[in-house]
Amino acid sequence: MTTAPDAQAEPRREQEEFRTYCRAWLHDNRPPPAPVRLPQHPIETMTRAQLDYLQAWQKRCYDAGLVGADYPKEYGGGGNKGFQRIANEEMNRARTPFLVNMIGLGMAAPTIYHHAQEELKRELLPGILSGEQIWCQGFSEPGSGSDLASVQASLTPDAASPGDFLLNGHKVWTSLAHFAQWMILLVRTSREHKHKGLSYYVVPVEGHRGVTVRPLIKMTGEAGFNEVLFEDTPVKEAWRLGKTGEGWNVAMTTLLHERGAGPLVTPAGGVGSEGLAHNVRGLIALAKTQRRNGRPATEDPQVRARIAALAIRERGLAENGKRARSGTLVDHPMRLPLQVKLAGTELLQDLAAAALEIEGPAASLYLSDERAPAEGQWPLAYMNSFGATIAAGTSEIQRNILGERVLGLPKS
Amino acid sequence: MSQATYGFDDDCALFRESARKFLGANADLAALRQATALDPEPMRMPTAWPSDDAFRAGAELGFVAAAVPEAQGGLQLPRAALAALAEELGRHAFPSAIESTLMVAFLARRVADSEAGGALLGHLAEGARATLAVCDAYGEWEHTASVTHTVSGSGALTLTGSTHFVQDAGKAEWLVVRSTGPDGAALVVLPRDAAGVTHRRDGIVDLTREQGTVQLEGVVAEASAVLPGGDALLASAMPDAWLLLAADMVGTSEWLLQTTVEYAKVRTQFDRAIGSYQGVKHPLVNAMMSVDRAKSLVYAAAEALDEGRDDARLLAHMAKAAATEAADFTSSRAVQLHGGIGFTWESDVHFFFKRNKHSELLFGDAAYHKARVADLLIDG
Repeated sequence: MTTAPDAQAEPRREQEEFRTYCRAWLHDNRPPPAPVRLPQHPIETMTRAQLDYLQAWQKRCYDAGLVGADYPKEYGGGGNKGFQRIANEEMNRARTPFLVNMIGLGMAAPTIYHHAQEELKRELLPGILSGEQIWCQGFSEPGSGSDLASVQASLTPDAASPGDFLLNGHKVWTSLAHFAQWMILLVRTSREHKHKGLSYYVVPVEGHRGVTVRPLIKMTGEAGFNEVLFEDTPVKEAWRLGKTGEGWNVAMTTLLHERGAGPLVTPAGGVGSEGLAHNVRGLIALAKTQRRNGRPATEDPQVRARIAALAIRERGLAENGKRARSGTLVDHPMRLPLQVKLAGTELLQDLAAAALEIEGPAASLYLSDERAPAEGQWPLAYMNSFGATIAAGTSEIQRNILGERVLGLPKS
Repeated sequence: MSQATYGFDDDCALFRESARKFLGANADLAALRQATALDPEPMRMPTAWPSDDAFRAGAELGFVAAAVPEAQGGLQLPRAALAALAEELGRHAFPSAIESTLMVAFLARRVADSEAGGALLGHLAEGARATLAVCDAYGEWEHTASVTHTVSGSGALTLTGSTHFVQDAGKAEWLVVRSTGPDGAALVVLPRDAAGVTHRRDGIVDLTREQGTVQLEGVVAEASAVLPGGDALLASAMPDAWLLLAADMVGTSEWLLQTTVEYAKVRTQFDRAIGSYQGVKHPLVNAMMSVDRAKSLVYAAAEALDEGRDDARLLAHMAKAAATEAADFTSSRAVQLHGGIGFTWESDVHFFFKRNKHSELLFGDAAYHKARVADLLIDG
C-alpha cells in the first residue's frame, strides 16, 4: 500500500542494496564443481562426501549473511527484516547448491526461536544457521503418521539425574538422522490426554547414549531415510520447548513452517542435481530432445496442452505467493499460505509424471544406465515426489486442514 | 506493506470499496429472480430482462472513467482497480454493460491520439455504453470477418454482413465492428442506430447477460470512424477483454464456493453436516485452490499490462485459461453438492452457474488459451 514515502523508502532501498550485494557475492563466490553427484533435494543427502561439500557451502553463505538474515543478531542472525526472501530468490537465480540443513533451517530454527528459553536459543540457533549442526525431526512413528497426536515415544523420570528424564520409543522415516547432531522431538509425557499429553524437546542424536539410527532404503533405491530407536536415552529438562503438556501447540509452529505457511521465511534456495530443473522450463527442454509420431515431442498437441496446463499452475503458485503478501487482495490470512505445501508438491508430482510420458519407453532407464535421458533424474524425481505428498501431512490431511481452518467446514 | 502489490494502491482500494457499496445497494438477486422466474420456459425468453438503469449511476462513480485516460476526461487507475470491479460484478452476477464498455475503453485507449479513438473515449467519458462486435458465427475474431466493406473514393467505408455474439448489443450506443476489406481488416466505430444497422437479441442460457447478432446492410462510415491498426490493434487489446472476463469469473466462482460451503455446513444427512464428509470437503478445497490460482494470475496480468511487460500477453492467456477452468469446476461442484435443490430454478446457484459458462466460452475457451500459452512458451 502507498504510505508516506519516508516510512518505506528507507527499508526498500536497503532491500534493493541487499539484493545487489547477494547477486554480486553469489557471482563472485560460486562453489567449485561438486566432487560427487548431488542429490535432488537436501533430505536425500546420502554420503559423507555429499554432506561435506554441501555443509561447506552453507557455511560460506552463512558467513556472507545470506542465511539467517532475518534472525536477531544475538542468535547468530543478520538482524534484518524481509531480507531472507531476497537472499532465497538470488540463490535460486544463481542456481548455486541448496542449503543442506533444511530441517534445521525450516523446522527446528523457527520452533526454537518461538518457544525455547533464551539460553537454549543462544546455544542452538547459530549452529543451525551456519549448518555446522545438522538437525532431524522426530515426529512420525510406525503407528503415528497422519494421526500425529497418537505418538507413543515417552519420557520417564531419570533416577540418576533428578528433574531430568529417560526417553524410550521408536521414530521412523527420519530424514538426515544418519548425519544429525540434534533432533526436534514430539514425545508423550502423559497418558491421560491425547493432545494435552504431548511435550516437545530437542535431543542430541550423534554419540548420545541409547540412540540407534538405522538406515531405511526408499522406493527409489536410495538411502537417506532412517528409523531412530531410543532406549533409556537421557533427556535434560532444559531441552524442553514450551510447557509440559503443550507439545502439540509447539509442533504446530513446526508444521506451519514445514508447510511453507509460517511467519518466518525459511532460508532456502539453490538447486540440486546438476543439469536438471524440476520445473516447466526443464520439462520444455526435455520435450525438445524427445520425439513422438516421428516429430519433435514439442509439436504434439497433447504434450503442448499438458505443458501449458503445468505452466499455468507453476506461475499461479508463484503469483499466489506474491498476492499472499499484499494484505489487500486476500480475504483470509491463512488461505494462501496453507495451500503452499499441497499445491507445490502435487505440481512437482505432475511435472515429473509428464516428463516420464514425454520420455516414453526411455523413462524406463534409471540412474544406473548412462543412456537414460537427463541421467535418469526424472524417474527419480517422480518417485521422490511421493515423499513430498506424504511427508509433513499428506495431501489428504492438507485438504482437511484447508477445508476446516479456511473454509470453516465441520471436522471429518 | 512497503509497496502496492500488482499496482493495487490506496486509490484502487477506495474504488473497490465504492463498487462494493454500489453493488450492495443495486445488485438485487430477488429482482433478478423476479424478472426471470416469471417465465422459466426455456423455449421463450424471459418476459422481463434485467434493466441497465444502474449503468449511469455506476458511470457517475467512475466505473468506466477509471479506464479512460485523463486527457480524454477520464481518471485512469491501475488495471488492478478494474479487475477488482469486474470481480465484484461477477460476485454479484450483475447484469450491466459495464464490462463490455470497459473492453472498448481499453481498446480505444491504445489509439487515443487518433480521431476515431479520441472521439470514442470522449463518448465513454460522458457515460455512453459501447461493445466489441468482432466475432464471426463461430465466435472467432482472428480469421476472415463475417462483415465485409468496400472503400469509396473519399475513403468512406460501406459495410455489409453480420457480426455475432455481441455482448449488450441492445444496450450499447456504440459498436466497434471488425470488417474485412480490400486492405485487410478494419475496426470501425459505428453508432448502433446508424442507418442500415439492425440487431436481433439472442436467446441465451445466461440470465444475467444480454447478447445479440448485429446485421449491417450497406452501412456507411466515414474514414474518420476507422480506428488505426486494424487486426494488430484488436490483437493488442484482447488481453484486456480476457482479463475482465477472467476477473468476473473469479468473482462469480468465489460466490459459488462460499455459498456451497455455507450450505455444506448446515445441510445434514446421516445425522452429520455434509461438509464433514471428505467427498464433499475435498472438492470444495480443490475449487478454492483453482479460484485462487486464477485470481493471482488475473492481478499479475493486470500489472504486466499496466507496465507494458513482455509477459503481459502470456499472463492474460494464463488468467483466462485458469479462470475458465476454475469457473467450470466450481460451477459444476456447486450444483452437484447442493444436491436436488441445486438443480432447481428456485436456487440462486443457476444464475452464477450460467453466467460462468457464458464467460468461459466467450473470446477463447481454456483449450484456446492453453494452446496460445504453449505457443509462447515452447516456440516463443
